[in-house]
Amino acid sequence: MMIDVSNLSKSYTGNNAVKDVSFQVEKGEIVGLLGPNGAGKSTTMRILSCFIPASSGTATVAGLDVFTQADEVRRRIGYMPENNPLHPDMRVREYLKFRARLKGLGRSRTRERVDAVLTQCGLENESKRIIGHLSKGYKQRVGLADALVHEPELIILDEPTIGLDPNQIRSVRQLIKDLGRRHTVLLSSHILPEVEMTCNRVLIMREGRILAADTPENLQKALGQNGHLIAEIAAPLEELKTCWEQMPELAHYTLSAAEGEYFRCALTPSVGEDLRPIIFALVVERGWRLRELSRVRHSLEEVYIRLTRPESEEEAL
Amino acid sequence: MQAYLTLTRRELGSFFYSWIGYVVIGGAMFGTGWSFVALLDRLQGEPTLMPLTEIFLDGCFWLIVLFSAPIITMRLFALEKFSGTFETLMTTPVSDWEVVLAKFTAALIFYMFMWLPLLGCITLLNYFARGANLLDPATLGSAYSGIFLIGCVYMSAGCLASALTRNQIVAAMISFAIGLGFFLAGFMAGPLDTQEGWAAQTLNCVSVVSQMKDFARGVVDSRSIIFCLTTCFFFLFLTGRVLESRRWR
Repeated sequence: MMIDVSNLSKSYTGNNAVKDVSFQVEKGEIVGLLGPNGAGKSTTMRILSCFIPASSGTATVAGLDVFTQADEVRRRIGYMPENNPLHPDMRVREYLKFRARLKGLGRSRTRERVDAVLTQCGLENESKRIIGHLSKGYKQRVGLADALVHEPELIILDEPTIGLDPNQIRSVRQLIKDLGRRHTVLLSSHILPEVEMTCNRVLIMREGRILAADTPENLQKALGQNGHLIAEIAAPLEELKTCWEQMPELAHYTLSAAEGEYFRCALTPSVGEDLRPIIFALVVERGWRLRELSRVRHSLEEVYIRLTRPESEEEAL
Repeated sequence: MQAYLTLTRRELGSFFYSWIGYVVIGGAMFGTGWSFVALLDRLQGEPTLMPLTEIFLDGCFWLIVLFSAPIITMRLFALEKFSGTFETLMTTPVSDWEVVLAKFTAALIFYMFMWLPLLGCITLLNYFARGANLLDPATLGSAYSGIFLIGCVYMSAGCLASALTRNQIVAAMISFAIGLGFFLAGFMAGPLDTQEGWAAQTLNCVSVVSQMKDFARGVVDSRSIIFCLTTCFFFLFLTGRVLESRRWR
């Protein structure tokens, strides 16, 4: 067990940022904390990285309590805070050396590790540049290199890809995935595809509570509407309507006109049915024309929106 | 210990990464040079028994201390809090006290560095006076220990001011106000004329101006040493508590 959090709460003057949160992270997992802004993700991470203590509850990292054994825990954690703060006046290698020494590495070990993380994060050619002059993507890599420099068991990354362009995001994600082979990673994000692509497990947070914790696939399954179909068919409207109404396997449908003589049908089957062969047979039998037949997979996004939508908004819908 | 030394070196280095360090040193050198010119002027006039350092003190000394202290110390914590690096710093295995002491040490070393030109001026004068023995080393040592102790007080006050806020300007203003308070204490005691009464006595004890005058004259008073060191420890202690306050606030 890498992280064990139980009944963790944190309140800032009158405001409960984290309420009674419990979760576990096993060794070697990449876990994503997902939630809208202000959900308590950063606070949870700050508590785990021993920056602020919890108001109540306990948290252990590698079996060590984050409050009473903070120094030991800090040695085992590589933490990159939100917005990745760096010293803009230092050079890349110099900064990493400074951080490594601060984290208690010996001289020769520092040299070794700084070289290693520079290679690992693709910073070999930038090692002499001043951090303030680097692009945002490279700065992010410097932040990651800093988190990795003392070979921590657990890496905590708060919004690691925020503000990057798509190419930079891709390379940072790849870096994080590679990290998962040797380290345990806890990252936070409000960008869904990121979590979907990089994490083995997702914790969805809202207003300081954990609403769901599972693999991305299981969360999608839990939504239970995997067989949702889109079919574009050219057929007489009335005939099409009666056809759908009489089909026993179909739970629900909507029709809309598409370009040309086609109609776009969104079809929801009764649970467990695969409508695709049935529709194909139907079209052939009636001599209609079919130009699209596709299955809509519920992305994590829908699970997320469903879980994190504020109640007032839900009522309005 | 390793973290303390690493941090001190980084802090000291950061004075020279930015223009602030050079501006402060430039300003201090200008002030020192100006005072030196005034000193030479005075030496050409009537003969005097005052040690060189005491004459020097009448020049820009306090101006330099009052203005340089806030500028040297304002960045220490305020900038780190503002830019967020405070969080990365405090999540490494260093203690709050190591951080406070490292930053204070760096500021103090820089402050002492700032006073090197004075040593140059006096050496130069001694050289051209050709063995007239204008100043004995003991007096010079006493003057420099005075500069050091005053530096301890002003740098620690600056540390506290910087730890209180994330805005460097506010930090500079708080530290300037504290510094000015110590500076003016002696003058406020003046109108109270007699040495009787607790108010005048307290103000006289706190007056860094008269203490510095003693040091410059070659008088090393244990009361001053104790006063400066305890004040310094007090401010550093408060700074440490302010850093700690994020745990219980």
